[in-house]
Amino acid sequence: MTTTERLIGAAVPRIDGPAKVRGTAPYAFEHDPGERFAHVAVVLSTVARGRVSALDPAEAEGMPGVLAVLTPANAPRLADDLEPDLAVLQSLDVHYRGQIVAAVVAETSEIARDAVARVRVEYAAEDPDVALGVDRDDLYAPEQLMAGFATDSVIGDVDGALAAAAVTVDATYETPTQHNNPIETHTTIARWDGDSLTVWDANQGPHTIVRGLAQAFGLDPGQVRVISPYVGGAFGSKAFPHPNQIMAALAAKAVDRAVVYELTRPQMFTLVGHRTPTIQRVRLGADAEGRLAAISHEVVEHTSRISEFAEQTATPTRVLYAAPHRRTTHRLARLDVPPPTIMRAPGETPGMFALESAMDELAAELGLDPVELRIRNEPDRDPERDVPWSSRNLVQCLRTGAERFGWAGRDHRPRQRTEGRWLVGTGVAAATYPARRRKAECRIAASGDGRYVVEIDASDIGTGAWTALSQIAADALRVGLDDVELRIGDSRLPFAGGAGGSTGLASWGSAIVLTARDLQRRLDEEHGGQVPAGGLTVDGGVDGASPHAETHSMHSFGAHFVEVRVDRDTGEVRVPRATSVYAAGRIVNARTARSQFLGGFTMGLSMALHEETVTDERLGHYVNHDLAEYHVATNADVGEIDIAWIDEDDTLVNELGVKGIGEIGITGAAAAVANAYWHATGLRVRDLPITPDKYFRELRPA
Amino acid sequence: MDSEITLRVDGAAHELTVDVRTTLLDALRERLRITSPKKGCDHGQCGACTVLLDGRRVNSCLVLAVTVGESEVTTSDGLAVDGEPHALHRSFVDRDAFQCGYCTPGQICSAAGMIAEARAGWPSAVTADVTEAPNLTDAEIRERMSGNLCRCAAYAHIVPAVAAVAEAEGVRR
Repeated sequence: MTTTERLIGAAVPRIDGPAKVRGTAPYAFEHDPGERFAHVAVVLSTVARGRVSALDPAEAEGMPGVLAVLTPANAPRLADDLEPDLAVLQSLDVHYRGQIVAAVVAETSEIARDAVARVRVEYAAEDPDVALGVDRDDLYAPEQLMAGFATDSVIGDVDGALAAAAVTVDATYETPTQHNNPIETHTTIARWDGDSLTVWDANQGPHTIVRGLAQAFGLDPGQVRVISPYVGGAFGSKAFPHPNQIMAALAAKAVDRAVVYELTRPQMFTLVGHRTPTIQRVRLGADAEGRLAAISHEVVEHTSRISEFAEQTATPTRVLYAAPHRRTTHRLARLDVPPPTIMRAPGETPGMFALESAMDELAAELGLDPVELRIRNEPDRDPERDVPWSSRNLVQCLRTGAERFGWAGRDHRPRQRTEGRWLVGTGVAAATYPARRRKAECRIAASGDGRYVVEIDASDIGTGAWTALSQIAADALRVGLDDVELRIGDSRLPFAGGAGGSTGLASWGSAIVLTARDLQRRLDEEHGGQVPAGGLTVDGGVDGASPHAETHSMHSFGAHFVEVRVDRDTGEVRVPRATSVYAAGRIVNARTARSQFLGGFTMGLSMALHEETVTDERLGHYVNHDLAEYHVATNADVGEIDIAWIDEDDTLVNELGVKGIGEIGITGAAAAVANAYWHATGLRVRDLPITPDKYFRELRPA
Repeated sequence: MDSEITLRVDGAAHELTVDVRTTLLDALRERLRITSPKKGCDHGQCGACTVLLDGRRVNSCLVLAVTVGESEVTTSDGLAVDGEPHALHRSFVDRDAFQCGYCTPGQICSAAGMIAEARAGWPSAVTADVTEAPNLTDAEIRERMSGNLCRCAAYAHIVPAVAAVAEAEGVRR
């Protein structure tokens, strides 16, 4: 009962922490649907293109404990306007390798897995087309990119400015297919009660999943309930409905009993999306002092033949640096691959690898400090939209980071420092991510005993939303944390967009603040400032984007500084230390925010050095489809990471001044590592990941 | 083929009939609905299912339930005694050594098992002098905890969370 700023900014420990460390917080699989559930296992296509020509379920059907074998011949029918990937078991067509072509429902998981191996499937297969290349003659410009961004942007005379520039860089960068791989595989328990469907599901936004299920089964959204209080990581793959939720509901309907469908790890590689590979040509033209005249960033990436997902890869290039002449383009190839989806900072993550690597190459050409090069090209307004920034502190991030890291005195020439067998280098890159707000609704119920129930269908996928939203609510209601009961992760709660695009706190938090204000106003105006005996419930929310979004450019910024050591004999790469500094609006929880920044940066480090899904171009097959073969950073791969942020008071972005911090940490991180690798070795690896074999490839080019 | 077994988990004995193909992890999660150990890969690749088997850490997805016999299974939930959190529970919460929390019970069982291994004198791949009593430096903790993947990538918080407990237990000097 003191000030409104009591909890926001404090390092409150996670309120769900004690349950999570003991393992008692219920994730999707761990809920009780009220009856013993049956288990679903699926048969995946072993060809990437063609049609199922024969399917014999008889042996599987005859096994004791098998309740049903579902195929396109007997599966319940779904709405016919579904996007093709969600039309599970509705046709015999095969669009990618690893597509569901049949399913078994059985009493136990052992029986279900045994039975899927006994379903006989034959295919009329065609050769798949899965190889992305810049020379394909079928590349096309999508109508728009993900999140509504324009496909291309062209300002001025880029080619003329490049031709006239004193110094130029023209380089092509490649990022591979990557997979989100949250440690909790996508899991759904489904139960029908008449025409009502309840699912306990691992996702980033229950309302989004309701929409998909309601459409598929021809239901009113009110007939579908999605419950998801705890989610074991997501990183984008759990944002949208995927075949797994449809599969679970279909199976439960077919056997008239609750079922669980828990994806296996290999199924995570084809059924729930991936990050598109990219081929990016970046051209920079500058004067002798490093002032950019032209920036060109041309992207080639893929989508699946059955649906379009156009990643907004070059969009960070539209905001990061000043230059009078500028161009960004995106072209897609439709391939026989599973549908790509969002993966942590879609667009910015691959795009910033290319742009921030190119900036480092330009600094090297100029013999200039790469920090100074970035500062010299700081735009005072959004360089493409020509509007002011709501706030922008990239330069301060660069200066603060340089100070904390010990950048001063760096010899900017490559391969100048060795320690024993180790070649030692340092690198820098900028980070940026948009600050947006989305529509969100909230309900707050005040009871006479001083307690408040705050309801909103927000999601905590590990972000700390349970805690941060409780802090926001307590401050807005001017009560202690213990006086607030937060309810999230259930589609029966007031509408909110999912956890994505770093919009969570900006949207949900604003909805809570505005609803709390309404509640206070009504208490003051109608009840003399006291909660009436019967309590008072108020509904409120935010409609969408900030009213200042049209007139201001709103982004977070940051800077990464990385030390890399490369074994000169084996090419092994180590990252012993890094510093990241962020300017990302107000920080609501200093403890969980640090984890967000740390996790984002470390995933970028993982992208730089380890992550690559290898496609067999003959078979359209993801070769390394498990966690032993798809490498992610382990504990031993990560050194000392120094995280800091700058106090930013942005009154334009939203009611709380928060910008969203879930994604900015990964942006630019891979470039910082690659730039440090170049500084250590003198070798420029432009295709991620930077594995030891590429050290020898670059050392002795063919 | 089914088999009747008794599983001793977190101090309680459970009699159940399992398919002989049932892993310890599935016996816990699917049959007994003891869901503190998590399934992340089912192949011994991620460590989310780590439990202690007579005090030693194992990937429960790689243990067949019928082979457990009289051994005592301890989950992260079972590390709490009389409702009081274990020192590792407190340390992980204090240092925010997790985000989504899904790998965390496995990380904690792994840390408990790893501290016991150090106490018993077991060296690791990064131990310089294998004749000396192990000292759980940051490098040792990173190495010994690398069988437990954390996709939220809380590693730089897991190391100090484990280090604080290792120090209190006398295996970090």
